[in-house]
Amino acid sequence: MEIVLSIGIGLFTASGVWLLLRPRTYQVIIGLALLSYAVNLFIFAMAGGGLRVDAPPILAPGGVGDSTAIADPIPQALVLTAIVIGFAMTALFLVVLLAARGRTGTDHVDGREPDR
Amino acid sequence: MPHDTLLLVALALPFLGSLAAGFLPTHARNAAAVLAGSVAVAGMAITIGLYATVAEGAPVQFWLSWLPMLGLDFSLRLDGLAWLFAMMIFGIGALVVLYARYYMSREDPVPRFFSFLLAFMGSMIGIVLSGNLIQLVFFWELTSLFSFLLIGYWHHSASARDGARMALTVTGTGGLCLLVGVLLVGRIVGSYDIDQVLESRDLIVQSDLYVPALVLILLGAFTKSAQFPFHFWLPHAMAAPTPVSAYLHSATMVKAGIFLLMRLWPVMSGTDAWFYMVVPAGLVTLLLGAFIAIFQQDLKGLLAYSTISHLGLITLLLGLGSPLAAVAAIFHTLNHAIFKASLFMAAGIIDHETGTRDLRKLSGLYRYMPFTATLAMVAAAAMAGVPLLNGFISKEMFFAEAVADHTGSLLDDSLPYWATLAGVFSVTYSLRFILGVFFGPPPVDLPHRPHEPAHWMRFPIELLVLICLLIGIVPSLTVGPALATAVKGLLDATPPYYSLALWHGFNLPLMMSLIAMAGGVVLYLGLRRYLESGIEGPPILRDFKGQRIFEKVLATLSWQWARAAESALGTRRLQPQMRIVICLAVVAALAPFLANGAVGTGDMPGTPLPPAFALLWLIGGACALGAAYQAKYHRFAALVLVGGAGLVTCLTFVWLSAPDLAVTQLLVEIVTTVLLLLGLRWLPKRIEDVYPTRPPLKVLLRRYVDITIACALGGVMAFLAYCLMTRPLTSSVSRFFVERAYSEGGGTNIINVILVDFRGFDTMGEIVVLCLAALTVFALLRRFRPAPESIRTPEQQRIQNAYDEASPDRSPGDTVADYMLIPRLIMHWLFPVIAVMAVYLFMRGHDLPGGGFAAGITLSIAFVVQYMASGARWVEDHLRVLPLRWMGLGLLTSCATGVGSWWFGYPFLTSHFQYVELPLIGKMPAASALLFDLGVFALVVGATVLILIALAHQSLRSSRAAQANEGSD
Repeated sequence: MEIVLSIGIGLFTASGVWLLLRPRTYQVIIGLALLSYAVNLFIFAMAGGGLRVDAPPILAPGGVGDSTAIADPIPQALVLTAIVIGFAMTALFLVVLLAARGRTGTDHVDGREPDR
Repeated sequence: MPHDTLLLVALALPFLGSLAAGFLPTHARNAAAVLAGSVAVAGMAITIGLYATVAEGAPVQFWLSWLPMLGLDFSLRLDGLAWLFAMMIFGIGALVVLYARYYMSREDPVPRFFSFLLAFMGSMIGIVLSGNLIQLVFFWELTSLFSFLLIGYWHHSASARDGARMALTVTGTGGLCLLVGVLLVGRIVGSYDIDQVLESRDLIVQSDLYVPALVLILLGAFTKSAQFPFHFWLPHAMAAPTPVSAYLHSATMVKAGIFLLMRLWPVMSGTDAWFYMVVPAGLVTLLLGAFIAIFQQDLKGLLAYSTISHLGLITLLLGLGSPLAAVAAIFHTLNHAIFKASLFMAAGIIDHETGTRDLRKLSGLYRYMPFTATLAMVAAAAMAGVPLLNGFISKEMFFAEAVADHTGSLLDDSLPYWATLAGVFSVTYSLRFILGVFFGPPPVDLPHRPHEPAHWMRFPIELLVLICLLIGIVPSLTVGPALATAVKGLLDATPPYYSLALWHGFNLPLMMSLIAMAGGVVLYLGLRRYLESGIEGPPILRDFKGQRIFEKVLATLSWQWARAAESALGTRRLQPQMRIVICLAVVAALAPFLANGAVGTGDMPGTPLPPAFALLWLIGGACALGAAYQAKYHRFAALVLVGGAGLVTCLTFVWLSAPDLAVTQLLVEIVTTVLLLLGLRWLPKRIEDVYPTRPPLKVLLRRYVDITIACALGGVMAFLAYCLMTRPLTSSVSRFFVERAYSEGGGTNIINVILVDFRGFDTMGEIVVLCLAALTVFALLRRFRPAPESIRTPEQQRIQNAYDEASPDRSPGDTVADYMLIPRLIMHWLFPVIAVMAVYLFMRGHDLPGGGFAAGITLSIAFVVQYMASGARWVEDHLRVLPLRWMGLGLLTSCATGVGSWWFGYPFLTSHFQYVELPLIGKMPAASALLFDLGVFALVVGATVLILIALAHQSLRSSRAAQANEGSD
């Protein structure tokens, strides 16, 4: 499982970075989305105790939890925050992108077509 | 009130007053003046009230622990020296306020003026009361800032702006030097506390860091006190309103540098380094300032240069290093403040009543304003050092000190001559001031007909001149005790013997005074012709201006060098910047591996791989690659593919025991897709194939480079991820959370407990970010102008409308209504279902996957679905959605929950929990964290809906705009 997930993270990162380096604003926003998936998964995969199947960080009522029996909650809490912030960032970037397109007449990231 | 609290009140009053004045209506001149005046008088009353305690010798102290681990405390300390300065700041401040009430015009925003003035007063008080060097520097910088605002008060005038900027640049730079110097002193002594610093003279003077620290501190003091070669900012600061000049250049601002020199005098003076740095600076400033002052054609310019000269005198006295010289310095500081404030005010009256300050135009004003003229004459005589006035006594002390032997060097031996020469100059410029303005033929073509000012405008000068006389005639009865207290505060040890008296017999200083006076008259007569020729500035020196050098340096630094650096290193193109950022990130990530050796994969046993998981990621990888490939021309396809990648991520979370993440990811995925779809409407189609044949080599090369970077980074990430997943994490705080989630947070869903309880403050910050992002989106879209190509209604809509218009029994919009009939019905019915789902997710959040975030996004989806089904108009006719209120309410609820724990004596956001039994629903967790989560929920609903609706509304706006266009055609 680990090897598949890490290759997946690598693919997401590579696609994201490639798009991040592209000249068109829409490419960049898609790239950011892919890169945030990759980063979220990466942080998530850093859980102490490795990947866990069937062990959600939910306790039985009334007990003191055993940290070895369930998945590490900290990366999950971090990623949860990151997902929401990622949404806010995408929304903001989208609006900036649209406004820039309207104002400059081009969707190039520099706000003008490159001189060829 | 105890004395230490009074100190705090004295410091806080001006700042509170400043704040209050800032809220007064723009033209509330009287209210602002009364406020400022009462603050100054109250401050003075407090200072006077503390005199008895200070006079006993022990400083009054106020102390508050601030950052004890860094050795920093907030401490106030009033000793004799600080007392004298505080009296000057409050006393002259009160008079300046009274004067400014009449000086400032009704049209000016006067409350703002008083607000700045009070804040400046507070900063000055902060400097003199600081019991800690860092705190002193802090207030020091505040004075620079507020003096900037005061000098630039008439910001419509270019000279005021330039003067203010120059003063800020020079004194601000000096302040930075001072900060470093003070840090060095703190390092030497091991404490920033002034009491401790004052006890560590040997430590400081013998340290290797003594000279650097001294140089830096002197840079701070010299820039502030306008010592050569930093004197040039002061004349330009004359563009300020005259009350400001009267305040800044007599009792405050420039005296801050003097105060600093005095404060550190006991521990830093008396060495060769001190003597040879301070004395020459003071001497040059004394002579140069006085010399240039003679040749000024601007009344305030003359006073400005004379101020520079007197500051030089005080610096010189402090540089000599003998206790008697220090006494003279304190005494002259006081005297100078008194006569210079009154002279500036007199100059302001002349300016105010005649409309000009130009000495070439002014003449013979005595016959129009005899009273003001007499007052100004007395003050000018004090400045010249005429007997029976306060300036005479401190000048005699200066002459006596100049004659006295200190180091026996050439500089020291020549001092008496220089001192006499400076005396000659000061008599000359004082004569020029009086004779030029008040005597001679009646003035011609003045802008106003001169007359005496309002009585209360003259009152401050009357009072100050009276003090000049009193100190001059009976010094020991008037200023004697306060001076003795100040000297005690400065010198700590037994003060030297000095006698304050008018008559010391026929001695050398008196001879020097007489020579200076006679020489001054002779010089004035000799220079008369040159002065009347109307040339601005002194001979020779006229062409040499500090201001020009300053501007040149500034232009070189901030324009030429910056431009050169930008063109050499910078680019305005985003792509190269991104490339650099990414490569730097890679290098930064690799650095630890290079430093500590490479790591291999770990040896943790892997989790068995189910084939479905591999298949899932086959799809995921394909989606990512596809999106990367399609994003340029096929945006919709790319969006779908990104959605696929998101779903794969979401399923991975499900698979790997992260239900909360899966829920949130899925919901966010939905909202993001809707959002991007709405955005695509305004993004005109890209023309495919910019390059008809083959892209040029440059472009191809760039793409290969980018592919290489992307693949390398992807590989590195994959490798790192694999390494991390195969090694155990040795220590983590997770155990803490897992063990206490239930016992201390009252919830079984650890993630939710972490978010709303253990790390509630983080979540608070996060929702604020979300809130800000939503508001920014909202604000940006209010003035949104879409690309012209995308303003027309979309193609599909046009076809449908054309069809509708073609058939007689249909109206536009019918086709889409027909299409959407069944989905719309289902979507309407779904609203309560989704809403209940949201409530369910919220309620169970503390114990099972769900929570405020997920519930909030769910509810916003319920709203968005309605918009999708029936369009914005219908929804807003049937449903009142007020996203801004949701957001405000959410933020307030979360904050209130946090603040609520203060009520019970716990830190911010401490949560309390218990379970309650509800009928029908059953046992419910009722933690205060639930209330916090409710705030999160409301805010997320508000923010998400706000963003989506703001974007969705654009089609309404543009169709309205299109209709308006058609109407006008």
